[in-house]
Amino acid sequence: MYEALNLSALREGESAYVTEVNAGPAMDRRLTDLGLVRGTRVTCVLRSPAGDPCAYLIRGALIALRQADAAGVALERRVQEVPARAVAT
Amino acid sequence: MNRVALAGNPNVGKSTLFNSLTGMRQHTGNWAGKTVSTARGQYTFEAEEYQLIDLPGTYSLVARSQEEAVARDYIESGQADGVVVVCDATCLERNLILVLQVLELTGKVLVCVNLLDEAERLGIRVDLPALSQRLGVPVVGTAAGRQEGLEGLKAAIAKLVREPAAAVPGRTPCERVSLAERYAAQVVRSEKEGRLRRQQRLDRLLTSKATGIPLMLLLLGLVVWLTVAGANIPSALLTALFARVGEVLKGWLASAPAWLAGVLLDGVYRVTAWVVAVMLPPMAIFFPLFTLLEDLGYLPRVAFVMDHAFQKCRACGKQCLTMCMSLGCNACGVTGCRIIDSPRERLIAILTSSLVPCNGKFPTLIALITIFFVGGRGGLLASAEGAALLLGTLVLGVAGTLACSRLLSATVLKGMPSSFALELPPFRRPQVREVVVRSVLDRTLFVLGRAVSVAAPAGAAIWVMANVTAGGGTLLAHCTGFLDSFARLFGLDGVILMAFLLGWPANEIVLPVMLMAYLSTGSLVEFDDLAALGQLLTQQGWTWLTAVCTMLFSLFHWPCSTTCLTIYKETGSVKWTALAIALPTVLGLGLCFAVTMAARLLGLA
Repeated sequence: MYEALNLSALREGESAYVTEVNAGPAMDRRLTDLGLVRGTRVTCVLRSPAGDPCAYLIRGALIALRQADAAGVALERRVQEVPARAVAT
Repeated sequence: MNRVALAGNPNVGKSTLFNSLTGMRQHTGNWAGKTVSTARGQYTFEAEEYQLIDLPGTYSLVARSQEEAVARDYIESGQADGVVVVCDATCLERNLILVLQVLELTGKVLVCVNLLDEAERLGIRVDLPALSQRLGVPVVGTAAGRQEGLEGLKAAIAKLVREPAAAVPGRTPCERVSLAERYAAQVVRSEKEGRLRRQQRLDRLLTSKATGIPLMLLLLGLVVWLTVAGANIPSALLTALFARVGEVLKGWLASAPAWLAGVLLDGVYRVTAWVVAVMLPPMAIFFPLFTLLEDLGYLPRVAFVMDHAFQKCRACGKQCLTMCMSLGCNACGVTGCRIIDSPRERLIAILTSSLVPCNGKFPTLIALITIFFVGGRGGLLASAEGAALLLGTLVLGVAGTLACSRLLSATVLKGMPSSFALELPPFRRPQVREVVVRSVLDRTLFVLGRAVSVAAPAGAAIWVMANVTAGGGTLLAHCTGFLDSFARLFGLDGVILMAFLLGWPANEIVLPVMLMAYLSTGSLVEFDDLAALGQLLTQQGWTWLTAVCTMLFSLFHWPCSTTCLTIYKETGSVKWTALAIALPTVLGLGLCFAVTMAARLLGLA
């Protein structure tokens, strides 16, 4: 079972795999430079005080992205990767 | 001489490596015709001379930004006899993407896996021979911060420049990423995660809702306090030293005509010496502290915490870092705007840079707060009150910056925020010695040089204004009289406005010029005793309203000459420089006018 979501919906501590990057031409190229392409695993590590931007672990580096840009990155994750409390509700 | 280029991602210790290899045999400057910094340096290895060219740190070579274009053009031009791509061992996978890209441009590549010491602490091991085999180019390991592996690197470079090699065929970006992933999986072994977790705990502390912003304000306050308090003694020593040199010069000029001695000594020398004595110590304290925070990796966290506010103003979060630099010196804040990638957002940051008070304005602000609002009372409560008022002034400067940034993005610099991807590098132990040398050389002396070049002619002008008489008064008195009724509209007086005009070379001399005009002394006047200064100002008709308006105008008026010159050099445009001068001036005059009118209408003054 796979669940589809986008990067801005990823909560602190959660991980998922990239299925599609569609955040506008300039941002897409920047993200490719940083190694964020289809199949890359990302983890949300930090939230700033306002909740936007968030910092993500991408190929060993911590990269802060704004939520408007993160919303353009489509992800999928195995349902088993969802923390237990989320499944229970 | 062999030419070797250093390429690599940002934050991989490339400059540390560059400094370790070249020592003091280097010079920094701008890339021809571009606002991209460059450093070149030399070293000798086995009787051969090598020139190292430190290319700007980039994530890619697609030539989207000026930095990427510079790096790409240089590598492609074939001017270099070899390219060393510096990689961060703790984040090799991402770094390999750039390595693969460079390999498509030239075959004369050496991969230097740096920060091995840090990787070891994090439990990360890199199999260098295996990496070399897969990439088909030599790979050496270094820990430049500890001076480890440098001889091996020099030997490898010597071998690199002698042997021919060819570039590999081009790949698509996705092919590069997946190849980097495969190689990294094969050569990097990661064992423990304990250290990583400690870094993350520190990150949470520095960026969370509850602690992030208070800790940031505390650190910033500490830096400003250390700068203001620590500068007093060296400033006094320098002033005394310059006074003695002045005596010697006076002896030499004893036989010269009085006007010549006046222009040279009381004008040029006294003003220049004054600017150096009050400007050098605070900057020599502020910039090393600031560079220390930069080296620790704290500054990107500040940008991360503050980005939301800038996003709302359609500006870049990194602008808050250039604002912090502006606290030390507006001109440095302006050059610092190079870290902002988008040209639109960079211009916003440059145009608003002087809305943050530089430390040259602090003495005036502090003196006025102490005299008019703390009332010369001593004790803890009074100094807390004074500190709170100074902080309030700073907050007003920040608010003005945000408001003007929003205004600019709604008018002359229309546009939406550009792509923002900010790397938060791991926290690192700073290279203290390097920090001090670099910040003093790159920032402090740079500004001082520019400041002196304007202070000297301005000193002559001030002397002429204060000493040449026409129609029964000095030129200065005529000017202040002429400006007086206009200045009073804004709660100021002619002398105050004239002092700001003559204080164009440096904000530090505004108050001394003011006293010179009030006392008609003909040369700059020192103020040691705040109580006496308060008395003098009150005699000249100052009220609390005059003090408020002078503080507001001190906060928001035209940038100093050094900053104007720097804005012109960075933007290359008279139009933008004019706007950078007009924006704070209009804001300051508008605020002073509003406050004065409100106070008069309410019958408060």
